[in-house]
Parts: sequence; C-alpha cells; structure tokens
Amino acid sequence: MAEGVRARVKAPATAAAGESVTIKTLISHPMESGQRKDGDGNPIPRAIINRFTCVFNGETVVDVMLEPAISTNPYFEFEATIPEAGDMVFTWYDDDGSVYEETKSIAIG
Amino acid sequence: MRQAWLGIVVGVAFAGAATADEFAKLVVNGEIEMVTRTQAPDHMEAIDEIRSGWTFRTGETQTLQMDDFDNPGMVFVEQAVEAWAVAEGGMGKSCADCHGDVADGMKGVRAVYPKWNETAGEVRTLEMQINDCRTTRMGADEWSYAGDPMTNMVALVSSVSRGMPVNVANDGPASETWALGKEIYYTRYGQLELSCANCHEENYDNYIRADHLSQGQINGFPTYRLKNAKLNSVHSRFKGCIRDTRAHTFSPGSPEFVALELYVATRGNGLSVEGPSVRN
Repeated sequence: MAEGVRARVKAPATAAAGESVTIKTLISHPMESGQRKDGDGNPIPRAIINRFTCVFNGETVVDVMLEPAISTNPYFEFEATIPEAGDMVFTWYDDDGSVYEETKSIAIG
Repeated sequence: MRQAWLGIVVGVAFAGAATADEFAKLVVNGEIEMVTRTQAPDHMEAIDEIRSGWTFRTGETQTLQMDDFDNPGMVFVEQAVEAWAVAEGGMGKSCADCHGDVADGMKGVRAVYPKWNETAGEVRTLEMQINDCRTTRMGADEWSYAGDPMTNMVALVSSVSRGMPVNVANDGPASETWALGKEIYYTRYGQLELSCANCHEENYDNYIRADHLSQGQINGFPTYRLKNAKLNSVHSRFKGCIRDTRAHTFSPGSPEFVALELYVATRGNGLSVEGPSVRN
C-alpha cells in the first residue's frame, strides 16, 4: 500500500429530489508514472490509481480509467442528479491491489 | 458551422481565465474575508498601496484558494495535522502535549513572525522557533529548514491565523536585523545586477517575459505553487529569486534570509495572513 494515501469527498448532506449536485473528490497519492529514474539510474516502478468509480444506490455515476500521465493527488469534480435518498460510494483502485473506499449518505430535504 | 461555434466559445472562455481579476474579493470557504489591498505601512516610501500576490494571479488560480477542498496546499496541511500529534525525541512529547489544539494554541502566531526572542537575543522565524521546540523541549532532531515536514508544519500554524492582519514589529530590539533586511532588499545581486526592489517595487504589475510581477509580499506563505505541486517556504522563494539574478544565493535559514524575511514581512503589515495560498 502506497504511503500517505487518503481519500476525501465533498458532497452535500441533503439535496432536493431530482436536484443536480456537485461532487468533489481528491485522493492523495504519488501517481508514480513508471517513467522516472531514481538517483542511481534505476527505473522507479509505476504505482498509480488506475480506476475511480462512483456508484449511487447501485447505479454507476462515473467510472474512470486513469493513466500514468495524470498528476499526483488526482482530483475529480462532477455533477450527479439525486433522484432519491441513498448512499454514494466512491472507490479508488491502486496498482498494488489496494482499494480505497469512501461513502457519503445524501438525504432528501 | 457547429465547429466554428465551438471554437468561439473555447476562445472566449480561455481569454476570461487568463486575465487576472485584480479587484476580486478573496473569501475563503465563504467565511474568512481577506484583505488583499490596503494602505502601505509608513516605512514604505515608494509604494502607496500594498497588494497580496493573489491579486496578480489569474481567475483560475485565484479560485483554487477560495475553498479548502480545492486548495491543493491543504493536503500538506493535513500531513502536518498528523505530525502535530506524534511524540518524538527523548522527552516523548508531541507538539500537542504543550500547545494543545493547534487552532487554539497557534492562533495569531503566524501574524507576528519573524519576532524578537528575548531569551535567545535574536530575531526568530517560525521555522527557527519550531526547531527550538524540537531540540530543547522534545529532545528530537532538527528538521531541515526548508524541508517538507517543516514547511508543512509552518503552513498548518499559518492556516489557523488566516484572515488576521500581518503585524510584524520592526522597532525595538528587532530594528537592527530589520535594517540589515532592508539593505539586502535594495542591494543588487548577481550577473543581472537585480535587487528585490528592481522587480517588486519599481516594476510590479509589469511582465518579465511571461511572468506577471507581484509586489513580492510573503503574507501568503507557505505557498502551494502549481509549478512544483508542493508547499514552498519563504526562504526557498528568496533563494529562487536570487538564483534567477544569477547570483550565489544565501542559504535557507541563514541570518541574511532571516533579516530579509523580517523586512519583507513588515512590508505586508495590514494584509491578511493567507498561508497556505495558491500561486503559479
């Protein structure tokens, strides 16, 4: 597991039914591209987040494939329509097999 | 036709983003109101109005600083939040053991540093004070002056004073160091023979090639720079500037840079503490 990985999500706690809300996510991660070399000239192996998904009550909101050229600490901002109350599950998949998950409950009100 | 339309829309959006909004108001998280333009302190003769570096940046960069979630510098502040509670050194103490909650214990501290330390008989920057704490109170090793753990910790301490006016003293026992700092500010260095004042006092708001010159205020430090994607300390910035004049620079933490930091800090008296700010 890469060091210092921490997922953050900013989503409203409540929304009107059918309202489109802004979701912001950030995961602190080095996103080592695999293209760089260390001080001794040896290649530093690739270690990135390769996939990010957001699922609301079982329905996919976004499913993103990430590539090595994406910078450190990947940030995603997107809009989602909230039809009903429920849980929004955010998942990041690391090259090393780690899976980081974060859940936000959104109520209708 | 459709393509032509798209081209126009993109062109307009880009032009809008590339222009600095000099008179925008900086409010962070919708609650911390910052002073980004104010009357210059009495000791400054050449400038009437002092301006935060934020007013020189593009709209996009300005927006990044207006919300802690968008501010990439806060990732590093969070690292310092963790370090704040970690006990280190022979005495088994953490920062929190003496200073308690950082928001209570450190509020207002950034605004008055660098500051004269009576016991030590010298002007001390926040970094020097942190290293003094680490060696004498924690029994731990010093942090490298401009290393990441130090800069992140300074950013944490700074973040709890955001919105408070910079109020650094240049009188009394600090006056000698302040005078040295002023001398350095007006001394031309390097093959290009440039002083701080040549760019940041005589030519702010002009461009040197693609760079929009600011007044060189340090109220926003430590600063997250888009160019290197990390927090940068005041002394690292000084070093970069003097290097760009093609001079041998002073070292971060050197008495010369401490004096220069004191002088430059007093040029920003009245602006708000912004650190960690976002710049390009």
